[in-house]
Amino acid sequence: MSNASFKDRPKGGVGDSFRSWWNALARPAQWAFGAPFILLIALLPLLNIPLLTTEGTNFGAVMAQFGMYALIAIGLNVVVGQAGLLDLGYVGFYAVGAYTVALLTSPSSPWNQTGPNGWLSTDWAWLACLPIAVAITALSGLILGSPTLRLRGDYLAIVTLGFGEIVRLLADNLTEITGGGRGLAQVAYPRLGVTEEFPLGVFSAGNVGKTLNSGVWWFWFSIVLIIIVLLFVGNLERSRVGRAWVAIREDEDAAEIMGVPTFKFKLWAFVIGASIGGMSGALYAGQVQFVVPTNFNVVNSVLFLCAVVLGGQGNKLGVILGAFIIVYLPNFFLGRTEILGIPINGDSIAQYKYLFFGLALMVLMIFRPQGLIPVRQKLLTYGRELFVAARRRSKAEEAEVTK
Amino acid sequence: MTGPLVGSIFSAAPPINFNVEALGNLFWQLTIDGLSYGAIYALVAVGYTLVYGVLRLINFAHSEIFMLGMFGQYAVLMALGFTPSGNVYSEGTLLTIFYLGIALLGGMAVSGGAAVGLERLAYRPLRKRNAPSLVFLITAIGASFVIQEFVHFVLPQLTGGELGGLNAQVPIRLVAPQEQFTLFGASVTNITLIILGAAFILALGTDTFVNRTKFGRGIRAVAQDPNTATLMGVSRERVIMLTFLLGGLLAGAAALLYTLRVPNGIIYSGGFILGIKAFCAAVLGGIGNLRGALLGGLILGVMENYGQVLFGAGWRDVVAFVLLILILMFRPTGILGETLGRARV
Repeated sequence: MSNASFKDRPKGGVGDSFRSWWNALARPAQWAFGAPFILLIALLPLLNIPLLTTEGTNFGAVMAQFGMYALIAIGLNVVVGQAGLLDLGYVGFYAVGAYTVALLTSPSSPWNQTGPNGWLSTDWAWLACLPIAVAITALSGLILGSPTLRLRGDYLAIVTLGFGEIVRLLADNLTEITGGGRGLAQVAYPRLGVTEEFPLGVFSAGNVGKTLNSGVWWFWFSIVLIIIVLLFVGNLERSRVGRAWVAIREDEDAAEIMGVPTFKFKLWAFVIGASIGGMSGALYAGQVQFVVPTNFNVVNSVLFLCAVVLGGQGNKLGVILGAFIIVYLPNFFLGRTEILGIPINGDSIAQYKYLFFGLALMVLMIFRPQGLIPVRQKLLTYGRELFVAARRRSKAEEAEVTK
Repeated sequence: MTGPLVGSIFSAAPPINFNVEALGNLFWQLTIDGLSYGAIYALVAVGYTLVYGVLRLINFAHSEIFMLGMFGQYAVLMALGFTPSGNVYSEGTLLTIFYLGIALLGGMAVSGGAAVGLERLAYRPLRKRNAPSLVFLITAIGASFVIQEFVHFVLPQLTGGELGGLNAQVPIRLVAPQEQFTLFGASVTNITLIILGAAFILALGTDTFVNRTKFGRGIRAVAQDPNTATLMGVSRERVIMLTFLLGGLLAGAAALLYTLRVPNGIIYSGGFILGIKAFCAAVLGGIGNLRGALLGGLILGVMENYGQVLFGAGWRDVVAFVLLILILMFRPTGILGETLGRARV
């Protein structure tokens, strides 16, 4: 993607030296530094920091939404950032995941399995549906991908866009099954932590108002899922599959000639991306306990893509930051009347969010098309380390000689 | 374990019904109405296909150019003294044609100007930086958001609430649908005649312009090989501007025709789905191919109308997208292939 020449290669700013330091650490050391950081982020909704928290809406709910968007961004990043396949219908997979859970557990669905005749236990229905949702979305990715991934990039973009719309229209039109525009209500959720104070469990949508509300619980749960998915995706990235993706992204023809089975690996990227999207959709269905087709518009697809591009496609941490910006910023301004004493009209700023996102995208594409935290090829890093090591040795040899 | 699940899948009532009888009865009516929708798709599709042919760029914001055209002709009609009421004005044939002509020019001017402005402000800086195609697409999406939200929030403040805003505009209707004659038992209204006639003239004009004039030769040359074309003395920047202008003008014309057909369609988000379908039409015919876009538009319009009756009104858009996927699976370069550059030299 980047056509940086040798001259404007990374020179090693603060970010770069931090990255080198991080990459040089051993795995346990990385965990030792990373775990407190993750813990701090997890505790953010409880700390209630004045300038950081949202005033118009509940901060826990915002963070829960951020968790879902972060998962989506990681999944879409596999497709767009790593394999270089432009997917404009990613919301379709999100919808498939959400509807799988809703169809299996909502009392208004004809396929409800939670009742006395169903095979799902009421308390654990949601958790049991999570792998089913992931599997079904993976299957839908396979079904969509296998005929369309032979198409070139631009065609793929529009076909996936069509797919996203088809999923939404199916949900809207199959009224007997999905309830159409009325949606499916009372979707299952993990019924954990049932006490007298919370008769429906801490994950219930009824647990609102306090600082430690259901949003925070969902946020913590999504952090766990994000870490698992990140480990999985990170391992893939460092494997033969990840190298094949990079090769396909940089030059598909060259990769094919070099013996990379491009179609197979593109399909892999598509299916893995889809299943992560489905997982996020299942989270959404469980958190809101209610799904309607209007939540799965193409505009959402575009927002997801914004998160990936804004953060830096190809970089896992970057896309999580992108997801945070997309979710947090509009909510930050909602209901806020002043920042550091400067009076602002937060509500109208939040209302204009798409206008600002659009402008931000346009400006960003001109000045920083690689995103806020751009990806840097590991290969380049290896090359630089080799270069540094070689120079160090030759200097040492020089010193030997002068002695 | 999965028994009840499978059982309940089959016990659910079939949610799609195949109304073949209605399709047979209404066949000609559907064809004629579908052609008039298709003509509108075709005109918008030309904008996508020309820009794609020259720049290899999906101009995602073209749907908003179309939407601006709708508002442009609406503003012109308001400036001419028509008050939005939803009632039909009866001004006599000649005067109506005159007013429609002015509105057409207004819509075309707004759309054409917006398309050229978009190219100048959004795409040219990227071209100077030699950006990869994904960057162009993201910019186009950003521009699409900006234009939509501009009409949604900013325009009503600029015009004192008369234009734009959350709801669709109250229609200004100049022409009442009236049956002119019947063809194979299907009624042909004056609106259908206006749309088909105007679209035919515009399509013929565009085809002649691209295939037979000096400017058109420049467009085809740049589409075929930008570097060689530049060496041969074709100004690439001018060709690109001309392409955007041409696409914008046709989108503006299509906007007026669309508001004749769907008077309640003037809303900030009204261009989006139509734009996607027009893009489908362009891909269907073979993107980059002018005649392909025209043919694809007509086919899409007609097929959609058949599907709407066959499966039910809610399935209209599904038909369009499924048709697109099927065509791309079996003929990945569209019906006529991608040949703007190689069409005729």
